[in-house]
Amino acid sequence: MQGWWRRDPFFVRYMVREATAVAVLVYAVVLTVGAVRLAQGEAAWNGWLAALRSPGSVLLHVVLLVAMVVHAKSWFEIMPKTMPMIVIGGRRLSATTITRSGWAAAVIASIALFAWAAWWRA
Amino acid sequence: MKRSNAPIFWLLFGAGGMLSALLGAMLVFITGIAVPLGWPLHGELMSYPRMLGFAQHWLGKGFVFVVIMLFAWHAAHRILCSLHDIGIHKGPAAKAACYGAAVVVTAVAGANLFRLGF
Amino acid sequence: MAESKTVEIQVLRYRPEQDDKPVWQSYAVPFTDDMSVLQGLQHIKDELDGTLSFRWSCRMAICGSCGMMVSGKPKLSCQTFLRDLLPGPVRIEALAHFPIERDLVVSVGEFVKKLEGIKPYLIPKVPRTLAEGEYLQTPAQVEQFEQYSSCINCMLCYSACPQYGLDPDFTGPGVLALLHRYNADSRDGGREQRMEVLNAQEGVWSCTAVGYCSEVCPKHVDPANAVNQNKVNSARDYFLRFLSPKRDSS
Repeated sequence: MQGWWRRDPFFVRYMVREATAVAVLVYAVVLTVGAVRLAQGEAAWNGWLAALRSPGSVLLHVVLLVAMVVHAKSWFEIMPKTMPMIVIGGRRLSATTITRSGWAAAVIASIALFAWAAWWRA
Repeated sequence: MKRSNAPIFWLLFGAGGMLSALLGAMLVFITGIAVPLGWPLHGELMSYPRMLGFAQHWLGKGFVFVVIMLFAWHAAHRILCSLHDIGIHKGPAAKAACYGAAVVVTAVAGANLFRLGF
Repeated sequence: MAESKTVEIQVLRYRPEQDDKPVWQSYAVPFTDDMSVLQGLQHIKDELDGTLSFRWSCRMAICGSCGMMVSGKPKLSCQTFLRDLLPGPVRIEALAHFPIERDLVVSVGEFVKKLEGIKPYLIPKVPRTLAEGEYLQTPAQVEQFEQYSSCINCMLCYSACPQYGLDPDFTGPGVLALLHRYNADSRDGGREQRMEVLNAQEGVWSCTAVGYCSEVCPKHVDPANAVNQNKVNSARDYFLRFLSPKRDSS
């Protein structure tokens, strides 16, 4: 079974999908380090902000961003498989509709988050 | 056949997966790109006074903790399963490494967020 | 006046009485555009090499007998056409992830045992006599289970499933789809009896939603959907079992 996933593009896409979990973990660790720095006081936090402004950090976050989008895309594509058959008004809810609803929710939630950040008065 | 305990980890995986699918990209963009670069959001958005205030409020603290925790447990379960896919058995060592890492992240984040006070 | 076209068909042979391990053998098979891979194999057996062994029956993708790997993908040989595999060579092997008995014939005993284990028959909710007449079902009730009843036990999904390849104890997509077929049938009351299989690691919890099983299924059963929607049911059973003593099926 070794290298089974290399033998078909379908399996390669599956492994890429699963690999996005590494990005999710890395970001959780980044946030955790942030929480630690915040608890250590203003100097530590400002040091952390400087680190976030470095080209290396921005590049890392661009990679994480791409991975998050790949994760979202593959998540909403597989979501219909996890749901029971739903019949509305005599017609079966299609997989495409479910996927699009997921995307719509993500877009709305993301815009709401951005808007909150943009207009937040501390 | 023995009942599996997978449901616990699968529900955490599912919740974390849904949260990261809905908000992961925008969170990364805001905290890692937009604010550090100062565009299209204000660079002062994550200043110490603002972040302290945010994390001391129960909503802000709760939000950050839930994001960190669910992202960590989602990743731990998925990485454990991926290790199995490439031939590393889901034995006690693999489980301890993956779920153990999630425990550590959750504990460190929780402790520090709590330390910040209310 | 029609020229005879030939295509090279390579078959992974295995005759336990003479081979220590499988060995490739090549045949030049004349073909026409309407010929299936099965017809190619039949030509080999009838005209070129009578020792070749393979299963087949209906020739029309309903019996589930002729599953095999055609150029690396699980297919029904009666439903796969040589014209789509040109210029060749067409590489044919026994269905992946199963022990080979001989040539293209795999051992199906474990699959059958798993199928029997899920009680693949209607278990009445309450005992019913013939005098009470037949069950009535609305088209909506039939729709809930109909696609899952299309399974022809061809086992292509088992060849497709990498989790089954990594762990043959996995109940597998086809059997779990049939389990769901009965649970989803309004006439059936056997859900509780089937929970033990669902709840085990070898039940739904070996599945990682790769989804290739549904891609290869020749009858559009969508076993990936059957398995993954039952993760919710299994999780519900896991957490709610303490609420009601009789629910615990562990």
